[in-house]
Amino acid sequence: MQAGAEGARATMGLDHLFFYLALLGYLVGTLHYLLYVWSPRLRVGRMATAAILVGFGAHTLSHILRIVAFKRPPLGSPYESLSFFAWAVVLIYLAVELRYQNRIMGAFVLPIVVLAGTAAAALPSRLAGLSPTVQGIGLWVHMALAIFGNAAFAVTFCAGVMYLIQERQLKSRQLGRIHFRLPSLELLDDVGVKSILIGFPLLTLTLISGTLWAEYARGSFLTLRPREVWSVVSWVIYAGLLYARVSAGWRGRKAAVLAILGFGLVLFTFIGLKVMKAGLLV
Amino acid sequence: MELFVLGLSHKTAPIDLRERLAVPEKDLPRALDALGEVSELAERMLVTTCNRAEVYGVAEESLEESVAAVTGCLARYHRLEPSDFAHALYTYRSAEAARHVFRVACSLDSMVIGEPQILGQVKAAYSVARAQEATGIVLTNLLEQAFHVAKRVRTETGIATAPVSISSVAVDLARKIFGDLAGRSVLILGAGEMAELALRHLVEDGVRSILVANRSYDRAVALAKQFQGRAVTYDDFRREIVEADIVISSTSAPHVILKREDMQVIIQERRHRPIFLIDIANPRDIDAGCNEVDNVYLYNIDDLQSVVAANLKERQREAERAETIIEREVGVFQSWLRGLDVVPTIVSLRTRVEEIRAAELDRTLARLPELSPEQREAITSMTAAMVNKILHQPMTELRRRAVHQDGHLYSTVLRRLFGLEEKEI
Repeated sequence: MQAGAEGARATMGLDHLFFYLALLGYLVGTLHYLLYVWSPRLRVGRMATAAILVGFGAHTLSHILRIVAFKRPPLGSPYESLSFFAWAVVLIYLAVELRYQNRIMGAFVLPIVVLAGTAAAALPSRLAGLSPTVQGIGLWVHMALAIFGNAAFAVTFCAGVMYLIQERQLKSRQLGRIHFRLPSLELLDDVGVKSILIGFPLLTLTLISGTLWAEYARGSFLTLRPREVWSVVSWVIYAGLLYARVSAGWRGRKAAVLAILGFGLVLFTFIGLKVMKAGLLV
Repeated sequence: MELFVLGLSHKTAPIDLRERLAVPEKDLPRALDALGEVSELAERMLVTTCNRAEVYGVAEESLEESVAAVTGCLARYHRLEPSDFAHALYTYRSAEAARHVFRVACSLDSMVIGEPQILGQVKAAYSVARAQEATGIVLTNLLEQAFHVAKRVRTETGIATAPVSISSVAVDLARKIFGDLAGRSVLILGAGEMAELALRHLVEDGVRSILVANRSYDRAVALAKQFQGRAVTYDDFRREIVEADIVISSTSAPHVILKREDMQVIIQERRHRPIFLIDIANPRDIDAGCNEVDNVYLYNIDDLQSVVAANLKERQREAERAETIIEREVGVFQSWLRGLDVVPTIVSLRTRVEEIRAAELDRTLARLPELSPEQREAITSMTAAMVNKILHQPMTELRRRAVHQDGHLYSTVLRRLFGLEEKEI
């Protein structure tokens, strides 16, 4: 608690200022991406990317300020975790935009960022007095892996949603405006695979590090708490998806549906369970 | 000086009349020379395509006389009577003319809205006229702005996004499934004319591997040779589908040659790689149920046609957005044109100074009742002389500048300096 108060003094609230600046950048960027889907003008697209870049810069600065002030990774509270998640999604999204030279995905990914950022802003940023046993390098690594993995799955999720829309358009032969804006099935499928190939190893490492940490901190290997169980379930889904792809060439609609399901489970594991627990406690 | 458009198009004239008034590109300079003999024309250019024949001109004095003279000149050039085509002619002037030129350049006046050729044709016509020194400040400005508007419309609206021919729709769909078509393979079933057309489009888009299967093996070989593809025996086509990404089927078989059950097996063997089936045969070659198999996309000729129809409607909607852009740009051009015309500026400047002179004169004379009529007369003529002397230099300069590029600039500055704007508009 005391360390937190000192840290807050050290940043003089600048971390919050930059965080809100980042949120503003993300919001402006998101609106431009949506406008870009409606009418794909280069100027609008550039504005969207620029706003996201500014937001990302401010966000990074906000994290750095907190790291320096609190002398630990910015993962100490739900506020920080959500904020870090938003940051990781933006990082991965920017890589996707650069790699595929396509901005339409921004209209699908960035709303998630704004949602996560707004949720983070609504949460208290003060540290909820972490017990000394909870801290330690092992835990930080575990959390960072989990969050990056989830961010990758968020991108898989968006690619899946876009795939289903485009597939529906092509199958039904009713080509709306969205058909012309959305990229090809091939590209969306490719984003889907690549993001799983990033997310899955991270999820695996998350589970391993979590198990090791539980062993170290609590002295028991598997505690079978809901969170662990559901994490394993989502791991099984993603593993099955990857296996089916490699062995049977599974792709397209079914893969997209599974990817969406997988991310739903991830969300449930990380947010739903917390909400349920809070509900039960009340 | 007045800008005008005189011409006929697919909207007013049948094809045979348009043909008779068309000027092949190599004859354009000669036709422009002929128009140059019309002394009432300060500037001129000629746009002729298979859908229109139009003269863009700037009339020196009376617009009606110029239009009549140009009509006569066209008749002489094409060895026709003016009465042969006068009924199909339309005339637009000033802002109307600018709007028409913008709409033509943006392909809003085309038979197929949004078709890309017309802009190139207008550009070519303009460069011929420029080379002939037939264009001046008005047409130069008009056309440069028209090209700018066309670019705006192309990027800011979807007027040219949706493809509107059967084969371009097919290529576009293939691109939405496979992304880049380079390195994709296509299988042709039945070497018909339609298949050849679609194949040509696909090859232009980078499809390299081409297989042709036909009942008559010789025709398959001939078509394959034409596109550097490979002919396969017709009985083997089911095996070849496993390898192909795109299948164009147009056999004359009286029944379905590819059933849903076949496709389910094939897609397994393909390891679920997507496949695009284009069935342009009548009666249909491919069972409609194939579309229900995952990763199979089947379009028959009716589907493609309905996409074409939907896309045309979409272009129509986008065209309305384009009209808004054009309306704004016409406004810009109009104010430039108004600035170019120095006469109103000269008139209002003179009126303004004259008003000041009269008001000041009245006030002064009212305070000097003892003056004799001769003295009053002398003061009056002195003020008139002063006004004339002061105005002489700027007026001459303005008239001289009017014909140059920066004429409107001088005019605008003068209007600002003397606050003439609100009186004029």
